[in-house]
Amino acid sequence: MSSQYYVPPTSKWPIIAVVVLGLTAVGAGSLMSYGSGLPFLLAGLVGIAFVMYGWFRDVVNESMGGLYDAQMDRSFRQGMGWFIFSEVMFFAAFFGALFYIRVFALPWLDGQGAKGITALLWPDFTASWPLMNTPDPSIGGPNAVINPWTLPLINTLLLVSSSVTLTVAHHALKEGNRPKLTQWLIVTLALGFVFLVIQGIEYVEAWTQLGLTLQAGIYGSTFFLLTGFHGVHVTIGAIVLLVMLLRIRRGHFSANQHFAFEAGAWYWHFVDVVWIGLFLFVYVF
Amino acid sequence: MASESTHAVLQPNVGTAEQHGHHSAQMPTGIMRWVLTTNHKEIGSLYLLFSLLMLFVGGTMALVIRAELFQPGLQYVQPEFFNQMTTMHGLIMVFGAIMPAFVGLANWMIPMQIGAPDMALPRLNNFSFWLLPVAFGILLSTLLMEGGGPNFGWTFYAPLSTTYAPPSTSFFIMSIHLAGISSILGAINIIATILNLRTPGMRLMDMSLFVWTWLITAFLLIAVMPVLAGVVTMMLLDINFGTSFFDAAGGGDPVLFQHLFWFFGHPEVYIMILPAFGIVSLIVPTFARKRLFGYASMVYATASIALLSFVVWAHHMFTVGLPLTAELFFMYSTMLIAVPTGVKVFNWIATLFRGSITFEVPMLFALGFIVMFTIGGLSGVMLAIVPADFQYHDTYFVVAHFHYVLVPGALFAILAGAYYWMPKWTGHYADETLGRWHFWLSVIGVNLTFFPMHFSGLAGMPRRIPDYALQFADFNMISSIGGFLFGFSQLIFVWVLVKAIRGGEKAPAKAWEGAEGLEWTVPCPAPTHTFETPPKFVPEVDSPSRH
Repeated sequence: MSSQYYVPPTSKWPIIAVVVLGLTAVGAGSLMSYGSGLPFLLAGLVGIAFVMYGWFRDVVNESMGGLYDAQMDRSFRQGMGWFIFSEVMFFAAFFGALFYIRVFALPWLDGQGAKGITALLWPDFTASWPLMNTPDPSIGGPNAVINPWTLPLINTLLLVSSSVTLTVAHHALKEGNRPKLTQWLIVTLALGFVFLVIQGIEYVEAWTQLGLTLQAGIYGSTFFLLTGFHGVHVTIGAIVLLVMLLRIRRGHFSANQHFAFEAGAWYWHFVDVVWIGLFLFVYVF
Repeated sequence: MASESTHAVLQPNVGTAEQHGHHSAQMPTGIMRWVLTTNHKEIGSLYLLFSLLMLFVGGTMALVIRAELFQPGLQYVQPEFFNQMTTMHGLIMVFGAIMPAFVGLANWMIPMQIGAPDMALPRLNNFSFWLLPVAFGILLSTLLMEGGGPNFGWTFYAPLSTTYAPPSTSFFIMSIHLAGISSILGAINIIATILNLRTPGMRLMDMSLFVWTWLITAFLLIAVMPVLAGVVTMMLLDINFGTSFFDAAGGGDPVLFQHLFWFFGHPEVYIMILPAFGIVSLIVPTFARKRLFGYASMVYATASIALLSFVVWAHHMFTVGLPLTAELFFMYSTMLIAVPTGVKVFNWIATLFRGSITFEVPMLFALGFIVMFTIGGLSGVMLAIVPADFQYHDTYFVVAHFHYVLVPGALFAILAGAYYWMPKWTGHYADETLGRWHFWLSVIGVNLTFFPMHFSGLAGMPRRIPDYALQFADFNMISSIGGFLFGFSQLIFVWVLVKAIRGGEKAPAKAWEGAEGLEWTVPCPAPTHTFETPPKFVPEVDSPSRH
């Protein structure tokens, strides 16, 4: 424990962040509700990028200025840890929905189990997973689904390897071996980038050739919900790691002080673990 | 943008010690001081004032409801608008009044109770607060939009909130997202503060019960607010992008919405009551002039309630068509909650036993809490019984139950805390006479409003309707009179608050004779910055758990 506390000074970034988030919310809300508001949404999104840049730049400068003590470092660590826990719960809601649909809702609609009386709604419905035929035929299921042993398997290998390469980079940082750190971080970023490209190819194939869309009943809904939010998180994680690469090239971080890098790594590993859950329960089983 | 302050910080020889001294000199003045503030006391005040404003906004909506229900038939508002009033009243009171009030108290008191100079992440704190006015501005603006505001009840069950929802629902979802971000970041800040900024020597089992209950509440918030974000996102996709999550025609299930909502919603109930337990656990020992009975069991009971809250959610859904196994499981798990809650009530009473009790206003509200929260708790046990719930479900009995735990429960505890700490905030005691008037009129008003609802509910009156059968007329008239009495009585609190801010009897550092805790070692009113160096804490002397 330090004998003297550090309290950071005030900053304009939080209130600017509130304004641009509000702009984004109003823009998105009015676009979806009443079909107008795109300029607000775009301005808000640009504003968010601007705030992220400015706020983090200030924090980086303060950190480089040697203003943060060990206690501040612990606050950042705990903050990041609990933030990742909140993200875990966000995905838990989606996985919970997936399991509920597969274990309870669909068998009941098929007439099986404790609430099989639900089958009275659509007597001809037969449950299956992936759900190719929806209870009400007017909604229409997908024609086919993605084969897990093609692109998704490659993506699994890519993302798992990227966690390994990132750990190698982290060890290089702790050894003070910066060339090795840079090389392995670039490899990690490349793996993440290829993952996103493959995910894009898979989406185009699903949407245009397999009839697997957001509108293709509950299979399409859960498929795009889980993989889509995961993809967004991979993108965020990759941006974080890219920023780390730029900071490393400017000579930031030392062998024993590099929490921003570690936070990015924690996040990347978290996204990796979510993917393993996705690969198993969205694609394979 | 922020370069000025950054440059000041980056001057090489400005050590951390000088930071504090120059802090107030750098502070912007006027309105910008409040917009930019990172001070936990100022942000705490902002939270508390915002929640007071929302209490009156939500309260006005409650009075619209009670005016319409004063007599059977349609008098003042159309059913469509009535539905928007019940929905908005619930949303505003839960997310805009009760939750921010507790966060405000946490901001003010937790750093002072653990001997910290501020919250762990002060800028994040500013961000968390200012998201709220934006979120509720958006929510309230939906009332003026084409098609009206949310009209599907504060629980926004699909398909009412998806297929049959007004077009403004996407705005509603956005406001929930913003309020949710605010809650999650606020909770992260509170946990980091408690775990990381305690003064040297203060162990976890030396913390005040208010700090303990907030630590556990913050954990609940981080665990379930993301689930709420997930479920509203699925709603958004169902409404705007043609997904089938809550539509059985595409293989989804409207009941799935209820499961996800209540997985958030039941812990949410404890988010609104655990800090209240903490406040009462400080006030009762102060005015009974005894140490809290069973400190450790209070901590364990709080943790047990929080853990149980994750496995009871479907007791809100007994009539929706659950398998028998599920009904049994959720019935028994729900009843189990009565055990740790009983431990708490027992401990408060045991603290009072043979105490030298005085009845200052904070104590009055705390005692009112114990009695009337217990009434709400007991009707909760009744509702947990599946066969009985088949009759009570969606009747005014449920309305009576949750208003007893939220109004004379959560709100009374907040008011008790406000009277208890007002000397610390303003430097002056609250006006004792006005405070008594406020308490007794509130007690009479709240019981007149909500006690008859037990009877109208048991007799079969459904919730969320603007008109009702004649046999419920008397009970509703009493409820409405009580509602107006209670609502207008709260103006006395505003009067008390303004009086205390402007002047009144000056309070010493230790404003209450029997009070314990580090917050009573700093002057009243507390200076802007407290505990710039960690205060001394000797567990054997200072800990509430000492023997």
